Amino acid sequence: MKYVAPSSVEEATSLLSSSPSAQVFAGATDVVPQMRAGRPAPEVLVDLKKIEELVAVANDGDKWTVGAATPTANLTEDPAFSEEFPGLAEAAGLIGSDQIQNRSSLGGNLCNGSPAADSVPAMVVNGARAVVAGPNGTRVLDVAEVVTGPGQTSLAADEFIVEFEIDRIPARTGDAYLRMIPRTEMDIAVVGAGARITLAEDGSIEHAALALAAVAPTVVRVPDAEAALVGNTADDETLSAVADAASEACDPIDDKRGTVAYRKQVAGVLAKRAVLIAIERAQQRNGTN
Amino acid sequence: MARTHVTTVVNGDETEFLTDDSTSLLNALRDEVGLTGAKEGCGTGDCGACSVMVDDKVTCACLVFAPEVDGSTILTVEGLADSGELHPLQQCFLEGAALQCGICTPGFLISAKALLDKNPDPTETEIRYALAGNLCRCTGYDKIIRAVQEAAREMRDQ
Amino acid sequence: MAITEENPGYKWVGTRPIRPDGLEKVTGKAQFGADLMLPGMLFGKVVRSPHAHARIISIDTTAAEAMVGVKAVITGSDFPDLAANGAHPSEIDVANNTIAREKVLYEGHVVAAVAATTREQAEAAAKAVEVTYEILPHVLTVDEAMADDAPLLHEGMITKGVDPAPEEASNVASKILHERGDLDQGFGEADVVVEREFTTKPVHQGYIEPHAAVADANSDGRAHIWCSSQGHFQMRAYSASVLGISPGMLKVTAAEIGGGFGGKTVIYLEPLAVRLSQRAGRPVKLVMDRDEVFRATGPTSGTRIKVKMGVAKDGKITAAEVWMAYEAGAYAGSPVGAAGMTAIACYDIPNFVVEGYDVVCNKPRVAAYRAPGAPMAAFAVESVLDELARDIGMDPIDIRLANAAVEGTQASYGPKFPRIGFVETLEAIKDHPNYTADLGPNQGRGIAAGFWFNAGMMSSATVHINENGTATVVTGSPDIGGSRQSMALMAAEELGIPYESIKAVVADTETVGFNDVTGGSRVTLATGAAVVDACRLIIEDLRARAAKTWDVELDQVEWVDGQAQHVEGAQPPLSMKDLAAKSGRTGGPISANASLNSRGVGAGFSTQLCDVEVDPETGVTRVVRYLTAQDAGRAISPDYVEGQMQGGVVQGIGWALSEEYIHDSDGVMENPGFLDYRIPVASDLPMIDCAIVEVPNPAHPYGVRGVGEVGIVPPMAAVGNAINDALDVRMTDLPMSPVKVLEALNEQRD
Repeated sequence: MKYVAPSSVEEATSLLSSSPSAQVFAGATDVVPQMRAGRPAPEVLVDLKKIEELVAVANDGDKWTVGAATPTANLTEDPAFSEEFPGLAEAAGLIGSDQIQNRSSLGGNLCNGSPAADSVPAMVVNGARAVVAGPNGTRVLDVAEVVTGPGQTSLAADEFIVEFEIDRIPARTGDAYLRMIPRTEMDIAVVGAGARITLAEDGSIEHAALALAAVAPTVVRVPDAEAALVGNTADDETLSAVADAASEACDPIDDKRGTVAYRKQVAGVLAKRAVLIAIERAQQRNGTN
Repeated sequence: MARTHVTTVVNGDETEFLTDDSTSLLNALRDEVGLTGAKEGCGTGDCGACSVMVDDKVTCACLVFAPEVDGSTILTVEGLADSGELHPLQQCFLEGAALQCGICTPGFLISAKALLDKNPDPTETEIRYALAGNLCRCTGYDKIIRAVQEAAREMRDQ
Repeated sequence: MAITEENPGYKWVGTRPIRPDGLEKVTGKAQFGADLMLPGMLFGKVVRSPHAHARIISIDTTAAEAMVGVKAVITGSDFPDLAANGAHPSEIDVANNTIAREKVLYEGHVVAAVAATTREQAEAAAKAVEVTYEILPHVLTVDEAMADDAPLLHEGMITKGVDPAPEEASNVASKILHERGDLDQGFGEADVVVEREFTTKPVHQGYIEPHAAVADANSDGRAHIWCSSQGHFQMRAYSASVLGISPGMLKVTAAEIGGGFGGKTVIYLEPLAVRLSQRAGRPVKLVMDRDEVFRATGPTSGTRIKVKMGVAKDGKITAAEVWMAYEAGAYAGSPVGAAGMTAIACYDIPNFVVEGYDVVCNKPRVAAYRAPGAPMAAFAVESVLDELARDIGMDPIDIRLANAAVEGTQASYGPKFPRIGFVETLEAIKDHPNYTADLGPNQGRGIAAGFWFNAGMMSSATVHINENGTATVVTGSPDIGGSRQSMALMAAEELGIPYESIKAVVADTETVGFNDVTGGSRVTLATGAAVVDACRLIIEDLRARAAKTWDVELDQVEWVDGQAQHVEGAQPPLSMKDLAAKSGRTGGPISANASLNSRGVGAGFSTQLCDVEVDPETGVTRVVRYLTAQDAGRAISPDYVEGQMQGGVVQGIGWALSEEYIHDSDGVMENPGFLDYRIPVASDLPMIDCAIVEVPNPAHPYGVRGVGEVGIVPPMAAVGNAINDALDVRMTDLPMSPVKVLEALNEQRD
């Protein structure tokens, strides 16, 4: 196995094009454990962290751009970003220990293709887009379109994500992410729920987004819950409809971390709780940015 | 196969070593540099026994490929004491009996230092979450948390 | 303050100085098992079975041997056939567990090992060893293994302890039975009877340091082994047996040990490293990966336990019936024997039957784990007792006080208890503010108690007085949790010199007399007693030297405060320093050895109080407050007594809530790492409050009782009882995971 650390996106794409078994990585927090578990090492390992735009966080007034290989600690420790997207920052901050946080990245968390990736529902509800580089230049796609199944993405072998774009959060909008794990840290989500709520001037819900992790082959949106919320307030009846819709949207499996029944039931619980937190945050954010 | 030449600063000393590209920073430190303070407890980033600072950020040396640290500055437990004078964390771990077998201690010391560098006055809960990536099977963490609290107090008073 | 049993006026015993080995451990200098490097050393790698049960048809090592850098490849055929040599069956099991011969009995069972110049070469060579298996049907649990038509692991295994002996082989290695009184009569006298069935999964000791060994063999057949273990004399004996050589051919040096909890009292790598070193003519290092530790070492048993108990309205237990089956893993030897002896040992019960079965199955061979066997039995018994207390409306401490074993009680396993401190631990809980602290919504409080025998066994110690009057205390008990401090404290107390003047060390097998393993909570008790004996021999010698110097009778000299004094003050005192300086003129170096087979073990009791909060919508349980009261006899080193108490509790909390072996239907472990084998992390826990109870063990010079193990016995029941108190659901299957708690709550709601 050969290690290379290109310093530009072009250099990286040409490396990927010339060696078909090359693999990109950022923090290697998934790559190393997978290799130790027996996955064959690639011939060439391409370290993306030495490319400037891949480890940059910026706000141009209209949108944030987050380099795909940026350590998640840089996001959670960015006060402006965490203030604007507390749910996404919390989700990113749940990926492993402080040691892991200095290595893990949104790009890696997404492209690893785990249904349980914490940052993905939070990115999805915030409408994040992935800027993908390949031999023919860049293309932009919704984060929700990247992962197609466990360990699988829609990216070609010679493509990688350069950065994520997230539009500035509108007024009266808040996001939240909750996950259930058996311990308090260091576990993979058994169920995860990301929510984003925009309130109308009258306090009713104008826009809602809800996405679940670890309950289906990929992160799933819950349109029925979103529809139940829009135009309403978070009364018991609405929340109960949200929970039911979330449970219904699940297509989970029984595995070493949880059962089908448990995941369905708790998806409803977490969906409800995440919506309530998002509403509270939306209420606090009355003005514009 | 030709090995890769890596130039680093380890515990303040310019240090060069040769490594296979697939070798972890942990094994390079232990086998090539001869610093065995960082331990391998799991090799997958779950136990923190291999915690070191790379460019002032705490990380698991088992998850870092050795060639990645070319040009970096590394701190291991061996570099924590200053000319033989123990770091307050080391002293407080000793005085507070915050170790039993001691295999996890180097990793805890580095993680605790990383925490106190960022947050000189952490709450008990903040300490517990900051050290959640370091497993200890002997102590039940109680005396470790107290030792970090005490070291933080002493460092603030200095 | 008066000098009393509670306050004996010790100067060093009971203090909290810095441990002798601490500095090396906070500076990264301490050498653990995997830290040693020798010139020319090779790296080894073990080849393991991917199957739970299979016959080895062939092993082809030619490809591996031909690879670059490979210096040696060994298989089972490189070791002697102990059965043909008439060895004891248990020795044969150890040998077959170390490296398989005809059959592999669990996923992870060793079939071969390689040594090469680099790690990478060794790993590649291990993959190139070609093993052909005939896969056999397997059994994973006691239920599967005890089924009528179960496939057999050992075709000739006839159950021991059954009279008459069964004619047919089975997977049941042995049966144990303890009984007293008349069960029917006892249950007839009960006002309330509760009967429940409990199950637990195998759990691992979870030490953070993987097993490691370095061996350097010479061409004369001798070899030197460095390894981290709980007993290097035991490693020497087992290794010699597997290798078919005399123990004297092996020298074993104890590396610092990174946790063991019982799991490092057995061998895995040592004989393999020696054989590889012999074949290669170079030193060889073998280190396990974490997944190998899970797949092939430890754990302790999964179990099924049924308990039926009856009480009268006054809280007296009238009868108890306990049935238990313990997984042994691949070879006979589960801790069901100890489980049977400890299950109801806390209580004075007139009528009982305790019946247990040791059952082999296709999982790794179980190893000792902190109070082996007792925690699962206590989970069952203490849960039922909690329910009985509720049913008769009695306080959970009071029901235990009403039945508590005291001095003179005939223990359920036979002997009469000497002075013990169980009642005092119950009272310590009751007197603590935690007992009456307010509970919030969804919070609950649970109590449970536990018993462990503690062990004595054999120890040796040597004490040297250095030329400046300082002392070196040499033992052969690997220090796993601060025992060098206890040795130095007792030596300082005896010799009357400062703790700081004493260095306590752990010597190799050629430098100190024999020591049994660091296990059974025995080191401070037994090795400590050997140190005390050696110190007393030194003092006798010093008095004689002072008498000679002064030309007086021996009885004119006493040893006070670290100096020889004339009883009538007729001579200026001679300090340890003075006597050491003059040793050449008074008989030569000052040194003493003591060896003993300890008697008078002090039984250990612990009572614990746990507060939990359960999320009723997710089933997640968090421990919010915890108190442990334990009888230490005498806390020589209170820091490390508390450390043992806290550590045992937290292992128990992990066992209660999140730890378990998970196997797929092929018998392959699904969670062989710390990600999904979930030991508690710092953020899962509150501080663990300790109440050290000191009821001195009359048979020890300082009153020591072992403290290492009993702390892990009560937590599972304490947590379960607290969950029940919070939400009125009785959990009977460990771990009490969120999935199971939510299922129980759902059933309750239906």
